[in-house]
Amino acid sequence: MDLHHLSLRQLREGLHNKDFSALELTETLLQRIRALNPQLNAFITVTEAAALESATQADARLAKGEAGALLGLPMAHKDIFCTADLPTTCGSKMLENFVAPYSATVVERLAAAGMVMLGKLNMDEFAMGSSNETSYFGPVRNPWNVDMVPGGSSGGSAAAVAAGLVPVATGTDTGGSIRQPAALCGITGIKPTYGRVSRYGMIAFASSLDQGGPMARSAEDCALLLDAMAAHDPRDSTSHPAAASDFLRGLDRPLQGLRVGVPEEFFGEGLDPEVAAAVQSGIDQLAKQGASIQSIRLPNNPHAVSTYYVLAPAEASSNLSRFDGVRYTHRSQAVENLDDLYRKSRYEGFGAEVRRRILVGTYVLSAGYYDAYYLKAQQVRSLIREDFRRAFAEVDVIVGPTTPSPAFGLGAKNADPISMYLADIYTIAVNLAGIPALSLPCGFTRSGLPIGMQLMGDYFADDLLLNVAHRYQQETDWHLARPTLQAGEA
Amino acid sequence: MDWEVVIGLEVHAQLNTATKIFCGCSTAFGAEPNSHTCPVCLAMPGALPVLNAAAVDKAIALGLAIGAQLNRKSIFARKNYFYPDLPKGYQISQYELPVVGQGQLMVQMADGTEKVIGVTRAHLEEDAGKSLHEAFVGQSGIDLNRAGTPLLEIVSEPDMRSSAEAVAYLKKLHALVRYLEICDGNMQEGSFRCDANVSLRRPGAPFGTRAEIKNLNSFRFLEKAIEYEILRQKDILESGGSIVQETRLYDANRDETRSMRSKEEANDYRYFPDPDLLPLVLDEARIEKVRQGLPELPDAKRARFMDQYQLSAYDAGVLTASRDLADYFEVVADGVEGKLAANWVMGDLLGALNKAGIEIQECPVPADKLRLLVQRIEDKTISGKIAKDIFEEIFHQGGEVDAIIDSRGLRQITDVTAIAVMVDAIISANPQQVAGYRAGKDKLLGFFVGQVMKASQGKANPDQVNALLLERLQKPD
Repeated sequence: MDLHHLSLRQLREGLHNKDFSALELTETLLQRIRALNPQLNAFITVTEAAALESATQADARLAKGEAGALLGLPMAHKDIFCTADLPTTCGSKMLENFVAPYSATVVERLAAAGMVMLGKLNMDEFAMGSSNETSYFGPVRNPWNVDMVPGGSSGGSAAAVAAGLVPVATGTDTGGSIRQPAALCGITGIKPTYGRVSRYGMIAFASSLDQGGPMARSAEDCALLLDAMAAHDPRDSTSHPAAASDFLRGLDRPLQGLRVGVPEEFFGEGLDPEVAAAVQSGIDQLAKQGASIQSIRLPNNPHAVSTYYVLAPAEASSNLSRFDGVRYTHRSQAVENLDDLYRKSRYEGFGAEVRRRILVGTYVLSAGYYDAYYLKAQQVRSLIREDFRRAFAEVDVIVGPTTPSPAFGLGAKNADPISMYLADIYTIAVNLAGIPALSLPCGFTRSGLPIGMQLMGDYFADDLLLNVAHRYQQETDWHLARPTLQAGEA
Repeated sequence: MDWEVVIGLEVHAQLNTATKIFCGCSTAFGAEPNSHTCPVCLAMPGALPVLNAAAVDKAIALGLAIGAQLNRKSIFARKNYFYPDLPKGYQISQYELPVVGQGQLMVQMADGTEKVIGVTRAHLEEDAGKSLHEAFVGQSGIDLNRAGTPLLEIVSEPDMRSSAEAVAYLKKLHALVRYLEICDGNMQEGSFRCDANVSLRRPGAPFGTRAEIKNLNSFRFLEKAIEYEILRQKDILESGGSIVQETRLYDANRDETRSMRSKEEANDYRYFPDPDLLPLVLDEARIEKVRQGLPELPDAKRARFMDQYQLSAYDAGVLTASRDLADYFEVVADGVEGKLAANWVMGDLLGALNKAGIEIQECPVPADKLRLLVQRIEDKTISGKIAKDIFEEIFHQGGEVDAIIDSRGLRQITDVTAIAVMVDAIISANPQQVAGYRAGKDKLLGFFVGQVMKASQGKANPDQVNALLLERLQKPD
């Protein structure tokens, strides 16, 4: 049996039927990671000893008859979540040797559910990037074509799930960092409503936009993982009191009468024709399943990218100030004085993209520029939110492409940050509004690269998105396609 | 032509909550460095702030006490700058929308006049840690125990026109936060500290350029720093120069202020709303609950003291200057005449405390013991003079009022026959003074009183001695 291709539900059945133990499952996947990670570079840290230990504990709990939905099931965390007594790098040299003294709420919750963490997944440095090439630990490669990027910033998570190194992984999404790599790697990922998943212990990039979420090979597995991740957390003031929900209950609701809106703005210039065609066939499929399709407008969506690239760097420039060379970070040696300590430690510890965003963020918050940039961007943000409010008065779900193109080549966009930023042109507005959105596979290019379709919902309609995606996946098999990987290739 | 001095104060009052403003760590002073810390106040990656409701209630209490507008919605903002004892690289404060808006404070000056000083705003913020430069060679230590301690920054209008007014305002605010029990007021430990903005102008002219003086941790330093600053600015202006807007540090050892940084060197703090914290929303029920819990405030107490104990405005002002002193006085005055109680508390008691350099809270004579002493004067068991001796003894060595009176035989002599014997003896022994008195030297009465009191070892009732002397000295031989 190829354990690495099974869904969470199948794995759970296997554990309960004693087809295999949690320890055997863990060992099998650790072996697959050892074989395939050298070419994919999806993991920054493989926590083998800790994984075997928790698998053994899970087996003991299973033997006692415990029946948790996730007990004994393997997973891995994006390396942005703090894990007590294990390395947490955030993809940066700055935190190369950082061992967190505490665990993120999400990490605690999944551990309490009995999940077995296999390691920490590669990512763009401090989640800033759309190709996973800004990681200090090297780029991640796309399992469908190792010359292509997996997307970012949760590129390690997407690649690991797509390649069958883990059945599910956590990711975070500030401007598309779950959905864009999910689309480029042919998996399913949801950015929940802002406030669903605790941000405590999740290293902040842009606090008002960051949201953790599940990445998996099906909507159903996403729902299972989100069930355990989502909960009100008193340690996060922006956590919503009604964050918890039963995401499995409504999965099977038929799509009859579902009102689907297709925004004109998502099908304009810059959209790859193959992507457009695949998404259109995905929309046709929804119609075939009973949904009514209508065209809608999101008139302020074209401003989303520029708005985002004011607000996210502004928050980041402040959030990243704590990485100052004084306490737990990289510290430059041979410094002359305090200013020198700051300057050199931060110059050496941060990569070019992170430095660029800190500079931009510092600039837009500066006296004399604040009103023209930060304040103006907040006003546009309100307009973008208003667009969605109007749209959701007419439709239940908005559907469009997740990305303007399929996976691009390694290094292809490195020289041009703006073209890199445009990879998130369809995903960013969702973060600015705080609404939930999901990406699921809806086809392949002729060259065999996956294409993602994005579903967007109103606040707290996460369960509806999972429901629509699940019903779609009952009728289609795009999500069942698996990349071919040979161990030993580099 | 004269200069008018314009002063505004920024006061940082450390709120006496048990835990820090954004985490559950203890705020206790003096612990082992970095022992009162957690991922939040150490600014570990991913750690997030959660607002301490008790700190908010204390801010509301101050707002109510100064009749301020309480903002139903206020915003926490980040003040960004790098310093090793500021672990996040920003301080969480309030900028555009503070929790407490415009209010006012009435101060009483020594000459009995009163003045209203406007309070611009008061906002919540967190304190930084401490850098320790001693005990490290070529390095600095960082103690983050204080990082995250709640502060209320109370900003006045530029309404003060002399160092005396500034001191009166600061004392009034100091008394107020202690009345409200929101701050321990300990200026040495820095839990109540003050920066002063000082400028000069010709009367009627627009405000001059100001200097901000930092590091004022006593009333005396505030006064001296302002006086120094007035002279410094006056010298510059009168020699044709102009004042540079800058931050200056007061050096108490040298009694001078010196420049820390100019406006040009000032940080651009890049304030923006903290996305980790929701807007602070106050509802009426919460405000009302705090209002119900407010104690009697200084101005109300002062008015009541004047009415209930028949005290002058000055006496009532002194006695209500601190809540502890007012409470002490009320115990003493419970059952004795108000003015007498006031004289004892303001005179002998405060004098002894001053001399010993201790505060009323540490007073070795409990209030009920002083009341008993005053009662023994009222019931004529002892004279006021003897009472002072007993007070001194109890203050320094302890002991019980009645036990000291009895064991030392200090009970007042009120037996007319016994006093008459002493009076007659003194009159017989001093014929020259008797003649002088009868010739019109009225002042000599004091001499006779003194002699009789001396003969009675201070125990004769002075009123009776007086009366008897007047009677006997008038009677011709």
